[in-house]
Amino acid sequence: MEFGLSEEQTLLQDSVKRFLAEQYPLDKVREFATNDDDGAIVRNGLAAMGITALMIDEDHGGVGLGLLDAALIAEALGHGTAPMPFVASVVMVPQALMLGGSSEQQDRWLPKLAAGEITAGAAISELTGARGDTGVTATNGRLSGRAMFVLDFEADIYLVADTNGALHIVDADAQGLSGKGFNTVDCTRKLGELSFDNVPAEALSCTAQQVATVLNSGRVILAADSLGAAQNMLDQSVAYALQREQFNRVIASFQAVKHMCAEMAAELEPCRAMIWYAGHTADAESNANNNSNNGEAQQYALHTKAHLSEVCQFVARTATEVHGGMGFTDLVGLHYWFKRIGANRQLLGSPERLRDDAARALGMVN
Amino acid sequence: MDLSYGAEYEEFRAEVAEFLAKHKDTAPKNPELRSVEAISWQKTLIEAGYFARTTPAEYGGHGGKPDILKSRIIAEEFARTRTHPGMGGQGISMLVPTLLESGTQAQKEQFIQPTLHGEMLWCQGYSEPGAGSDLAALRTAAVLDGDEWVVNGQKIWTSTAQLADWIFCLVRTEPDAPKHQGISFLLFSMDTPGIEIRPLVDMTGKANFNEVFFTDVRVPKNQIVGARGEGWKVANTILKHERGSLADPNAMQHRLNGLVELLETETVDGTRVIDIPSFRDRLMRITGRVMAAKCNDLRLLSNSINKTGGSPLAAMVTKLQGTELRHELEALAVDAMGEIGLAYGDNEHLRGGGSWQTQYMYFLGLIIGGGTSQIQKNIISERGLGMPREPKVVAATKQGAA
Repeated sequence: MEFGLSEEQTLLQDSVKRFLAEQYPLDKVREFATNDDDGAIVRNGLAAMGITALMIDEDHGGVGLGLLDAALIAEALGHGTAPMPFVASVVMVPQALMLGGSSEQQDRWLPKLAAGEITAGAAISELTGARGDTGVTATNGRLSGRAMFVLDFEADIYLVADTNGALHIVDADAQGLSGKGFNTVDCTRKLGELSFDNVPAEALSCTAQQVATVLNSGRVILAADSLGAAQNMLDQSVAYALQREQFNRVIASFQAVKHMCAEMAAELEPCRAMIWYAGHTADAESNANNNSNNGEAQQYALHTKAHLSEVCQFVARTATEVHGGMGFTDLVGLHYWFKRIGANRQLLGSPERLRDDAARALGMVN
Repeated sequence: MDLSYGAEYEEFRAEVAEFLAKHKDTAPKNPELRSVEAISWQKTLIEAGYFARTTPAEYGGHGGKPDILKSRIIAEEFARTRTHPGMGGQGISMLVPTLLESGTQAQKEQFIQPTLHGEMLWCQGYSEPGAGSDLAALRTAAVLDGDEWVVNGQKIWTSTAQLADWIFCLVRTEPDAPKHQGISFLLFSMDTPGIEIRPLVDMTGKANFNEVFFTDVRVPKNQIVGARGEGWKVANTILKHERGSLADPNAMQHRLNGLVELLETETVDGTRVIDIPSFRDRLMRITGRVMAAKCNDLRLLSNSINKTGGSPLAAMVTKLQGTELRHELEALAVDAMGEIGLAYGDNEHLRGGGSWQTQYMYFLGLIIGGGTSQIQKNIISERGLGMPREPKVVAATKQGAA
């Protein structure tokens, strides 16, 4: 029995963290946020490290790792507020292609995604809470309608969910497709919306359960991203409190400040094991045959995303408070992490929505 | 990652299950301490290796090799079948490991066997009115007079004092030494002249604790564990175990299962409480937190099996998180019942034997006891995050003393 990370997993995570610490300091984060930098250094650097090939099987140029490994990378990306197309491009879209793509579709897209030659976005938010009049309908292999909150926007291909819950792949250059950025409070990643006017699309043959698996993978990844971001905010808080002096003392010696930090650590530390478990149980279910699915991975994905959203929101707020007035400024830049955590909370299902889904999945709701 | 226990352990689990099936009808449900059935069940468990598993046989234990997974499997199977796991109490959970670590050969032989077998009950004399969070400030004094210690002072929060045969007690023997170095660990009979016990009724309406007063209590000189002045060290090797045990996630899961049942059966205006979205959301929120606590516990279990001590923070947060979460869980049950949740004592409308309201209050006690939440936060921030101690406020102390 062993519940912990292997040496390889720790090394992989550390190498991504180190890369971001060296190549993507705060001034770079700021340049990306103000569109003075396109984040290519991060995208290309991480692709060169093989991150884009992470979940893709070896037959298609990937390394065939699982959701747990991807979650560990996501944690590192959140820690460094990296502008890396990941949740859709590296996790959800490859997974959807592997689960429901024809061999022709897999051969066409997976090697390019693995090599980092193309990126993929996901227009899938309508499956977990459509806002306003959004929704995409499919008729005879053509898509019409509008999708909002497209993850990893500005991609080469998109995974699109229609209102019946079926998945499609759409080329970004396809006729009738238009897109525009969706400006959000989080300026560390790109979000967008897509309009479809009779756009040619290729259907994937994913079952409803496979679609749920793809969504749940995205949820675990966003939760892990928040864990990394929140851990960074806690670490920054402790470091700041240890050097900031008031009343002739470092403020880290005041119990009021110490207890804020202790509360953050106490809430956050068990989340680490929860992410591991959510990743591990999803991998175990996907490795077993489909009939052995007892719903544990589903419950863990929903609850992990919901719980991490609550904990990380608390950490984001408290860490900002520990920094006093400086926490509120752009100078320290803490707000980039605050906002990233805020965005992760809403994407692919708010905590309220996910808890309701979890209860329904257990048959609790009449 | 490998969450399977492996074939050897699944075989062991089957053995335990077989034992439990065999004793399904003979295992006592809620035995009185010291009763014949309690003592007999205790002996059966020790012989089978399901109690005092790793305590050497020469001291009345089973004499098995330490195996964390086997201990876990035993706990899981007993919990699953709701079988009485044997007697608890501070003698067994605190004193026996302390004696195994620091006792003399004679002490081990004299005390461990009857304690494990439920024939000798103990209470713990640590906290005092003036020494709560600052336990090392304790003032109960023991002065050597010939071959005897003479003990004077007062203890508080002493559970089972009225039932106990003996007490293990922290006393100040070196009044001039720095506070942590002036303490000794004494053992003495509760029948010794000069001991007075006053029950301390708490908010649950029961006397779960007592005050214990010592007036010239004479204790043989050799009834000390460890050397003079080393009592703090002797006690502390064990204190950290108590903190973890107050927040057992398996017990939490058990209560959560009961909570779900309660929400599914309790109705208001003819609607099941679980069908009311606000209550269901609270239930799900607590469920997520319990899942996180269980994962954290699994991580700690794995660390101790594989001897990878890499996550001190994960261990430090369990008491704080566990007791607060449990309090919140019990509170949801009370809220879900509304006015019915107020029922208490002798009331035909009680649900779950009145345990929800009782545990709701009792866990507030545990948030405070065993190192308050605030002390836990000091520990986490100082030892876990490397933040400095609060500086001593000299002037205020002097004013306070004046």
